[in-house]
Amino acid sequence: MRVVKHPILPDDAAPDCIIYHDGQPVPAKSGEPIAAALLAAGVRVFRETAKKRNPRGIYCGIGRCTDCVMVVDGEPNVRTCVTPVRQGMEVRTQKGLGEWKNS
Amino acid sequence: MKKTQILIVGAGPAGLCAAIEAARAGAKAFIIDENSKPGGQLFKQIHKFFGSYEHRAGVRGYAIGTDLLRETEELGVEVILNAPVYGLFRHDGGMMVSYMKDGREKAILAEKIILATGAAENALAFPGGTLPGVMGAGCAQTMINVNRVLPGGKIIMIGSGNVGLIVAYQLLQAGAEVSALIEAAPFIGGYGVHASKIRRAGTPIFVSHTIERALGKTRVDAVEIVRLDESFQPVPGARRVIEADTVCLAVGLSPLTELAWMAGCDFTWIPQLGGHIPIHNENMETTIPGLYAAGDITGSEEASTAMEEGRLAGIAAAEALGLTAERAKDIKLEVWARMNALRTGPFGQKRFEAKAQLLESAKGAAR
Repeated sequence: MRVVKHPILPDDAAPDCIIYHDGQPVPAKSGEPIAAALLAAGVRVFRETAKKRNPRGIYCGIGRCTDCVMVVDGEPNVRTCVTPVRQGMEVRTQKGLGEWKNS
Repeated sequence: MKKTQILIVGAGPAGLCAAIEAARAGAKAFIIDENSKPGGQLFKQIHKFFGSYEHRAGVRGYAIGTDLLRETEELGVEVILNAPVYGLFRHDGGMMVSYMKDGREKAILAEKIILATGAAENALAFPGGTLPGVMGAGCAQTMINVNRVLPGGKIIMIGSGNVGLIVAYQLLQAGAEVSALIEAAPFIGGYGVHASKIRRAGTPIFVSHTIERALGKTRVDAVEIVRLDESFQPVPGARRVIEADTVCLAVGLSPLTELAWMAGCDFTWIPQLGGHIPIHNENMETTIPGLYAAGDITGSEEASTAMEEGRLAGIAAAEALGLTAERAKDIKLEVWARMNALRTGPFGQKRFEAKAQLLESAKGAAR
């Protein structure tokens, strides 16, 4: 959910681009982290762990814990909390350690 | 290879102020930061700062951040962004920092280096603590105040220090429901003025309580909390379940000291400041000559003290290069006076004492 009508901060820009989450279109604001666009769309599970397939979501928000990594445009292990969105970006829930496109 | 007189790692409040003082003194200064934007955590601080006029009291954090960025720009300080620093070595009489930029390894040579790397939030282990919906309070604060996105609708805040109190209030301002604030100690850790705002908004604060577990299959659905006795042990039967989709952890910060360890700085252990702290003297110089530290890396405090420490390190590094010798002494005295004023009162006194202990350990440290 986006923050609307904030008592201190001025109104924010509206989403101006689209990314795809597991194939579904998600509105996003240019320059915001992927994780922000996904949280705004109500997405909580960003990846599943390698051994037990346990769900993980955004945790530290500063690019250190790697709990929010996803497969972005085919590249696994992208930290979505510090990677900005780009129009048309394909973001997929990462299963385990992910697979490299050309490996 | 790029060369500079003073290199600052970290473009937060401490790093920006260090660069400003260094550049004002006539030094060539570079700042390098791993993030895509400078300012560190200042831009998510939408509350008014405390202190007095010279500490920019009454001004909101992001406005201070904007001013600092303008000043660094006017002074011609170059800021390298999206550049994580991973190495710090002695090289050719100076020091070399290696970093990644656009997927390539790069290096920069500097005569003096100031580490202003900040701190990271502490984790808390409990069953369900890895479920989506459990996150750092600082992460939630970035989401609401910078990205303008709510991390959830019903939130439980763990920890009643100033971070927990302020972020809980800012989550309310952003439109979330904060169902409860939990504190293991028998008293509220942060300022009463912040706690009162939350209580007035209707959020209960449970002291002598901790989180037992987060419940849910693929995300947090509820949280079980338990009352603690005087020795912090759970009281049997004193459990309750609160519906929530998000748990925010505000359980302290740990200094980001990797580069100081790598450089071989001597450390000391001061729990009040967040753990292992690189020993520094009154010039913010570590036990490695020419290597300075400022801000949360030298102990978690507030942005106001981080800025003062940054100024101190910046002017001291410039002075060590032979610049502004007569001005430096006065500036350092002024900064120390302002910083000591920030470290007074029931909350500041403890930090003052911890910092005094840190400075004392510098006297005994081998150089």
